[in-house]
Amino acid sequence: MNMKPFAVIFSLAIMMSASLPVFAAAGGDLMHADTNVRDTASVQRGARLFVNYCLSCHDASYMRYNRLVQDLGLEEDAVMENLVFSDAKIGDRMEIAMRPQDAEAWLGKTPPNLSLVARSRGTDWLYTYMMTFYEDETGGWNNLALPNASMPHVMWQLQGIQKPMYAKDDAGHDVIDHLVVYEPGLQSPEEYEATVNDLVTFLEYLAEPAKLKRTSIGIWVLLFLGLFTGVAYLMKAEFWRDVH
Amino acid sequence: MGNDNTREKSGNALLDWFDARLPVTPFWKNVMTGYYAPKNFNFWYYFGVLSLVVLAIQILSGIFLTMHYKPDAELAFASVEYIMRDVEWGWLIRYMHSTGASFFFIVIYLHMFRALLYGSHRAPRELVWVFGMLLYVALMAEAFMGYVLPWGQMSYWGAQVIINLFGAIPWIGEGLTEWIRGDYFISDATLNRFFALHVIALPLALLGLVLLHLVALRENGSNNPDGIEIKANKDENGIPVDGIPFHPYYTIKDTFGIGFFLMIFAFVIFFWPEAGGLFLEHDNFIPADPLVTPAHIKPVWYFTPYYAILKAVPDKLMGVILMGISVGVLFLLPWLDRSPAKSIRYKGLWYKILLTLFVIAFIRLGMLGMAEGTPAQTVEMRIWTFVYFSFFVLLFFLSPKAKTKPVPERLTH
Repeated sequence: MNMKPFAVIFSLAIMMSASLPVFAAAGGDLMHADTNVRDTASVQRGARLFVNYCLSCHDASYMRYNRLVQDLGLEEDAVMENLVFSDAKIGDRMEIAMRPQDAEAWLGKTPPNLSLVARSRGTDWLYTYMMTFYEDETGGWNNLALPNASMPHVMWQLQGIQKPMYAKDDAGHDVIDHLVVYEPGLQSPEEYEATVNDLVTFLEYLAEPAKLKRTSIGIWVLLFLGLFTGVAYLMKAEFWRDVH
Repeated sequence: MGNDNTREKSGNALLDWFDARLPVTPFWKNVMTGYYAPKNFNFWYYFGVLSLVVLAIQILSGIFLTMHYKPDAELAFASVEYIMRDVEWGWLIRYMHSTGASFFFIVIYLHMFRALLYGSHRAPRELVWVFGMLLYVALMAEAFMGYVLPWGQMSYWGAQVIINLFGAIPWIGEGLTEWIRGDYFISDATLNRFFALHVIALPLALLGLVLLHLVALRENGSNNPDGIEIKANKDENGIPVDGIPFHPYYTIKDTFGIGFFLMIFAFVIFFWPEAGGLFLEHDNFIPADPLVTPAHIKPVWYFTPYYAILKAVPDKLMGVILMGISVGVLFLLPWLDRSPAKSIRYKGLWYKILLTLFVIAFIRLGMLGMAEGTPAQTVEMRIWTFVYFSFFVLLFFLSPKAKTKPVPERLTH
């Protein structure tokens, strides 16, 4: 195909203008979660963390327990024994026993449903959130990703307690530079990072269980369409031989 | 074509039976084998048939979504998640529909750009363009109402912002917004009527307009990259010498084009359905909450160029008017372009520069319309809004005078 000079210049101009950034307010720096929902062991560990640490306050009611059986290669009994703590049945949704009104009365507001949190917040944000709880001057829990979060650090026994170290910013204000663990937890920092990563991996799976399926099906769909398109091209070339 | 007994028999008893009762063969001949299209269609000529393909995908996937979706403010969000998780292949149907919505606009924008390249909207095809523009406006309404149905935060607050624009109209604005919503705020009543319009009223309008678009197109036949009329050169049988029968030549070529398109489409569905938050916005995975305003409300990407024009104007009413004009002025394009040459190939350098700037303005406005709206962005939005409108003004005044290259008698290749 011969590209005319205009087509080349036009394409370059479009690409340049589209790649120029739109000057935007800088988002906070997020840590990077290294998730892979196909790592079944990681999702299983994450599921266990989730039901132990999250599901007592947070709903995941778009999800059913028996989906875990299908997707994570578990036995129904194993799921019932290790992951279901309420009187739920295997086909039930992952709901909490607390009524929304009670949750609001006890916790100030109803803790959000976590079924889709990995899609609304993103995995990096979730990872950062679970990594950056610290004890602030008031002696209460605070968080770098979500300042003044009303949620306490539920996994503090694993991570330990972090305190902020301050530095001066350009304007001379004290800002938090980084966090240090001043009271170690049950896990080493590396172990805790892996723990959070497992939890976030589960949350990513929880937000879109179909993700496990769609990429593996997608490859076959693309192969079929590639073959179809190739044959169509050969047919087109054959038909068009007599067009001058 | 009344039924006379002189018509040739095909030899196929079933076909002859039908032909005696319904003009099957004449219709096929009229629109397919006996229709001669210019032989030099290039890449840009795929997007017409591709928009038909996407329309078919949207209607088919939409039918299946309707079987499981609940148009009720209490149930809508959960019913979409039910489709994504519990309905057999529901995730695929939903991603086809959500990806199809964005691809509809990608394909339509490229289809419209083709008209600007080769003057497909110029006489005698002005009505093809006008029906096409009506289709585009109907499609925008269809997409807007469809986006409200999942009842996420962006569904809710995006609808709130867009419907409130009508409130800027003096005297009747307030009453008009209430009439559209069917309530004092976006509510179950709004969701219900948007569902009705999205699944019945607008698809019917779209199908009717597609028919008009195609009938008007076939009346004069397609334009071509050289912007000349192939019917001006006919052989002794009355067949355009630069034409080839639509079937089989373009049906097989389009089959290849459709296959290639479906590969890209399938790639997004299976590997990148959110398109980084462009096709499925992150905030729309949070159920609609009238009490919590999202930090940054923006329409979906295909509306953001116009949204940027709205935001570029400090006064709300003037902004709404300018946004209306930015869409409305496109209807006038067949009459604004007065150049003796239809195709960019023979118009001269001035048009190449104008069109390039116009496209850059549209893309930059689209990008800026998604952004938060810092003062620096507002300045840039104003510059590109000015460029956007300058295109039409300059086109009108430059096109009759500017020197053109000689237009060939026959298609070049």
